[in-house]
Amino acid sequence: MDCYTANWNPLGDSAFYRKYELYSMDWDLKEELRDCLVAAAPYGGPIALLRNPWRKEKTASMRPVLDIYSASGMPLASLLWKSGPVVSLGWSAEEELLCVQEDGAVLVYGLHGDFRRHFSMGNEVLQNRVLDARIFHTEFGSGVAILTGAHRFTLSANVGDLKLRRMPEVPGLQSAPSCWTTLCQDRVAQILLAVGPDLYLLDHAACSAVTPPGLAPGVSSFLQMAVSFTYRHLALFTDTGYIWMGTASLKEKLCEFNCNIRAPPKQMVWCSRPRSKERAVVVAWERRLMVVGDAPESIQFVLDEDSYLVPELDGVRIFSRSTHEFLHEVPVASEEIFKIASMAPGALLLEAQKEYEKESQKADEYLREIQELGQLTQAVQQCIEAAGHEHQPDMQKSLLRAASFGKCFLDRFPPDSFVHMCQDLRVLNAVRDYHIGIPLTYRKYRYKQLTIQVLLDRLVLRRLYPLAIQICEYLRLPEVQGVSRILAHWACYKVQQKDVSDEDVARAINQKLGDTPGVSYSDIAARAYGCGRTELAIKLLEYEPRSGEQVPLLLKMKRSKLALSKAIESGDTDLVFTVLLHLKNELNRGDFFMTLRNQPMALSLYRQFCKHQELETLKDLYNQDDNHQELGSFHIRASYAAEERIEGRVAALQTAADAFYKAKNEFAAKATEDQMRLLRLQRRLEDELGGQFLDLSLHDTATTLILGGHNKRAEQLARDFRIPDKRLWWLKLTALADLEDWEELEKFSKSKKSPIGYLPFVEICMKQHNKYEAKKYASRVGPEQKVKALLLVGDVAQAADVAIEHRNEAELSLVLSHCTGATDGATADKIQRARAQAQKK
Amino acid sequence: MAFPHRPDAPELPDFSMLKRLARDQLIYLLEQQHEVDKLYKVENKPALSSNEQLCFLVRPRIKNMRYIANLVNADKLAGRTRKYKVIFSPQKFYACEMVLEEEGIYGDVSCDEWAFSLLPLDVDLLSMELPEFFRDYFLEGDQRWINTVAQALHLLSTLYGSFPNCYGIGRCAKMSYELWRKLEEEEDGETKGRRPEIGHIFLLDRDVDFVTALCSQVVYEGLVDDTFRIKCGSVDFGPEVTSSDKSLKVLLNAEDKVFNEIRNEHFSNVFGFLSQKARNLQAQYDRRRGMDIKQMKNFVSQELKGLKQEHRLLSLHIGACESIMKKKTKQDFQELIKTEHALLEGFNIRESTSYIEEHIDRQVSPIESLRLMCLLSITENGLIPKDYRSLKTQYLQSYGPDHLLTFSNLRRAGLLTEQAPGDTLTAVESKVSKLVTDKAAGKITDAFSSLAKRSNFRAISKKLNLIPRVDGEYDLKVPRDMAYVFSGAYVPLSCRIVEQVLERRSWQGLDEVVRLLNCSEFAFTDMTKDDKASSESLRLILVVFLGGCTFSEVSALRFLGREKGYRFIFLTTAVTNSARLMEAMSEVKA
Repeated sequence: MDCYTANWNPLGDSAFYRKYELYSMDWDLKEELRDCLVAAAPYGGPIALLRNPWRKEKTASMRPVLDIYSASGMPLASLLWKSGPVVSLGWSAEEELLCVQEDGAVLVYGLHGDFRRHFSMGNEVLQNRVLDARIFHTEFGSGVAILTGAHRFTLSANVGDLKLRRMPEVPGLQSAPSCWTTLCQDRVAQILLAVGPDLYLLDHAACSAVTPPGLAPGVSSFLQMAVSFTYRHLALFTDTGYIWMGTASLKEKLCEFNCNIRAPPKQMVWCSRPRSKERAVVVAWERRLMVVGDAPESIQFVLDEDSYLVPELDGVRIFSRSTHEFLHEVPVASEEIFKIASMAPGALLLEAQKEYEKESQKADEYLREIQELGQLTQAVQQCIEAAGHEHQPDMQKSLLRAASFGKCFLDRFPPDSFVHMCQDLRVLNAVRDYHIGIPLTYRKYRYKQLTIQVLLDRLVLRRLYPLAIQICEYLRLPEVQGVSRILAHWACYKVQQKDVSDEDVARAINQKLGDTPGVSYSDIAARAYGCGRTELAIKLLEYEPRSGEQVPLLLKMKRSKLALSKAIESGDTDLVFTVLLHLKNELNRGDFFMTLRNQPMALSLYRQFCKHQELETLKDLYNQDDNHQELGSFHIRASYAAEERIEGRVAALQTAADAFYKAKNEFAAKATEDQMRLLRLQRRLEDELGGQFLDLSLHDTATTLILGGHNKRAEQLARDFRIPDKRLWWLKLTALADLEDWEELEKFSKSKKSPIGYLPFVEICMKQHNKYEAKKYASRVGPEQKVKALLLVGDVAQAADVAIEHRNEAELSLVLSHCTGATDGATADKIQRARAQAQKK
Repeated sequence: MAFPHRPDAPELPDFSMLKRLARDQLIYLLEQQHEVDKLYKVENKPALSSNEQLCFLVRPRIKNMRYIANLVNADKLAGRTRKYKVIFSPQKFYACEMVLEEEGIYGDVSCDEWAFSLLPLDVDLLSMELPEFFRDYFLEGDQRWINTVAQALHLLSTLYGSFPNCYGIGRCAKMSYELWRKLEEEEDGETKGRRPEIGHIFLLDRDVDFVTALCSQVVYEGLVDDTFRIKCGSVDFGPEVTSSDKSLKVLLNAEDKVFNEIRNEHFSNVFGFLSQKARNLQAQYDRRRGMDIKQMKNFVSQELKGLKQEHRLLSLHIGACESIMKKKTKQDFQELIKTEHALLEGFNIRESTSYIEEHIDRQVSPIESLRLMCLLSITENGLIPKDYRSLKTQYLQSYGPDHLLTFSNLRRAGLLTEQAPGDTLTAVESKVSKLVTDKAAGKITDAFSSLAKRSNFRAISKKLNLIPRVDGEYDLKVPRDMAYVFSGAYVPLSCRIVEQVLERRSWQGLDEVVRLLNCSEFAFTDMTKDDKASSESLRLILVVFLGGCTFSEVSALRFLGREKGYRFIFLTTAVTNSARLMEAMSEVKA
């Protein structure tokens, strides 16, 4: 405790800065850092070193080597650099390494040295070569800015969505600027450059000269400039040894500091944190490190070794060949608690807890003191917060113990903050571990972009699947967001192991993943296909429970027929249709039809489509199958729908009839031929008699003829088309009755014996309300229907007589039911008597 | 006379939720546009609206797409630009988008989906209102709607809990069921733990039982449907019914107190019931006499409105009855029914055949003639070749030769077939059954397998005792069994199957029937073992008719429910009847 603040250095009155060791580096470097191109990713990310970057020799041993290490110096990858000379290295926000070559090409590598892709910064850059390059981060992603040999700038604000922007020329710029940096204001990336005593601000429209307010006079050149992590502040180092600090908009000056050193610093970075009390800049020379803020004195450190500074959100990481340290402003909570002679509630609580462990009654005194001031809640909160900022687990623990001790004396202290802090610290301590090497601070983890999801992604990126899964399980993340996502990533990595056989990979993946919800086998299969392992992809797809998901990939892999059967299996007609159209374009017509033939469901679907959109194809389909029956139907339909002229229709019918013959459907063929004859005849009738005949049925044609008084013609028609007698009689009967041509009807009825009996005559006459005529026929009706006929014409009495004569019970009751009221009273009696008699017998 | 439900009959689930869901979604879709100005029916004629935006609410049919394409292209020619939005209900099909693309307007329209698949027509009747389902699936072999059915089942199970017991028969039933299960598995966890409201679900393909659908309906609701055509639960009563000079659109459901009491009744009872009701009403009106002022005030404020309402409904239904009577007697309805019964029972086939022939010769009605021919064919396992040819010839002569295509359709659907000589049939049959047992082939649909399918109606009828033996007159006032919906002559096959399976809780013991129905591969049972389902929900049964159900079937099952203490809920792709079935098969040029 006594020495706990030993590494605290005051800057001005209000703030303390401390520097502590994160790791001792494991990398065993042979070269000095200054001989390498160095790039370290923010948020405790990896470090890339390019050794021998400037050697031009072609001998293998002397080629540049690209090494990638974790923040603790564990080697992640090492590869021989075989491409062109590299000007600058940098990490993107997704932890991809961007290597900017002299010719403007940017090569993108993964964390494990795997080549991802490359892109070019444009022709102008290619011609003029790259003089200098910066990789910068904005809220949209990671950008690249390039200074070409022609002293022009080209930048792209987001390498994920590459849009090159050539910045305007700086008037009169003859030599390279002494220093420059990228700014980001109002969501636009800009470039600030210093040429001699002048500063210029470039945005994509214009170049404007700017002057920092309140700059000490006598500056003839700017040696270094630094912009803060959040692009809010700017620091300028002048050749007069002054450091000017102000806002990045150059509208306001914060302070100016004379460090009395005129040598250009090696690096200058901001060291501040959100809501920090003091804004400070860290300046590094070869052997000296200086923290400068708005205070007359600066803090000075001696650098034993060649060091490299990495600006972070809440401090600066400093690594050298042997160590990796973190320099930051002591957070408020820690300061309150640990400041010498602090009487802050948190400090008292920590003390109370310690006394309590010593079983001293002082514990009670301290506690009372806090309680009397009513600050216990605040004390607990302070302890919890301070625990988050501590790096050493021991100190974290004692602070948390104090918090938990204080909580006992509080009635309703919400437990969330304490629980979350414990969880977060466990996670953070786990990833800070030497083997993992992600030195995240609590603030970075909690307050900024880095959520647990991103942290998990980073672990996955480092292929630390087990740890990631443990964290998910510890935090009880839902499976879909947590474990299954990680397993899916693992599987995607697994398929890239080319030395393992397809079968083994597929089995291993299935064993691990099983039916974990949220894992998409088709995604993994897509990855396998991406690696050129089609067979493996197909095997993996077999595990995909949703056949619908399998189809798009199968199509991509040109396994269209398999895709078709999978689509059919899925029962999703839309999917089937998609595959069909795909197949249609891919295969020649014959093969396409053959495929369809084996898939009736697809075939019927396609037919449906053709029926509406591609009639000709439909015909071809039937032709291909020798489906003459359907072909015949097709032509019949055509004769009604498509053809207007009689000749065309007859021709279509002829084709149809031929098809029907081929299909051995004699009936349909004959019917079609009859129709052709009928059509021709109807045409003739229209020409000769006028009126409308076309498209009438045979029956209606005959009826129309009779109604028109063309009896002869009608009979001829009946003979020609072999209309059965029964129909002809019905037809004539109805037509004549409609004409009310009773005379002709009677003549007709007597022409020969009616094949339909005479009851219909009675019925039809009654329908026309002609009782007189009806009665004529009633007498001729056969005995079985006589009663019915008589009842129809209303002759109840006679009907009764006939029924009695027939001794037919059913007929008797029928007549009886027709007996109404008084008029038929006698008849009713008669029937009753007859019944009684019948029963007697 | 209305049948009171057994006091322990389970409560029906609240289906108004479905309406609310659909409404909210549609409002949401339309609100993305601006306010709706006017509604037009999608017809093949230019839209007269001068609005800047057109929004089409359509079924996903290629025909509709062509209409939209024509309209948009006409606008383009005329040089006017509008915004177009197509809302597909219940879902979008890729083929439709294809057509839009081929017509070159895909970029001009924006598409949306309105997942409105279940319309509650009544408290116990849900309709998907997809009349095209029948033709698309059973004739064209197009399975696109199966997905829609599965989605609808999924919606029901998310809203009302999963169904512990599932049964089904028919190829489509099986496919829908499997697809639905897949959907459930994909979205695991949501319905778990919910107490199921509906205890059983029974899926049934229409082609398992064509006979019932082909019969003339004699239960009041069915008869109204046959005569006036009920559309979406409402009917247009013409002037002859309303006894005024204008037609009236009437909603027919359980809300209509009068209708609710007669809907399931045999028609012969309806008149008696209505006149009784009229007398009661009169008596209630008459109570006015002798009332003092206070009572009168009460009467006017509380009862009069209800009485008036009832009076209005009563006169409507009496009008409808009269109109039905008039129409039916004109066409010798008795004779027709007699023939139908003869066909069902399988006697006097020759006589029935000549009746049908006369029916055709007299051009009574193309649809009716066709229906009788189909009924004859199905009950007799196909027509004998001589009749097959002569009836068809007669039909073509009477109603026009274009019906040649109709016959080809009917043949394909197995509705009107020719008896093949015995040996060739068995050969084909064995070939088909081989195909079907082959697993790969089992998955594919072959709409043409029905070619060789025998209906076996007679044998099934014997097995399931569909023709009740009647001693003396069947008392239609006090029905004994479901046969009452066909005047006591025939128990609807579909309903009998449901009854039998529910009794056994499986297909066990029905193997022979299933074989005769040609559904050996497509009869399934699926029960979840856990006993979460309360006894109450177990008596709530959802019957799904794929391809449509008739009101007679609904009435028959309602009757069965009352007898056994079940409550049936119906889900159908559409309400159908014999005429609709025949029209779906007809191929007459427009």
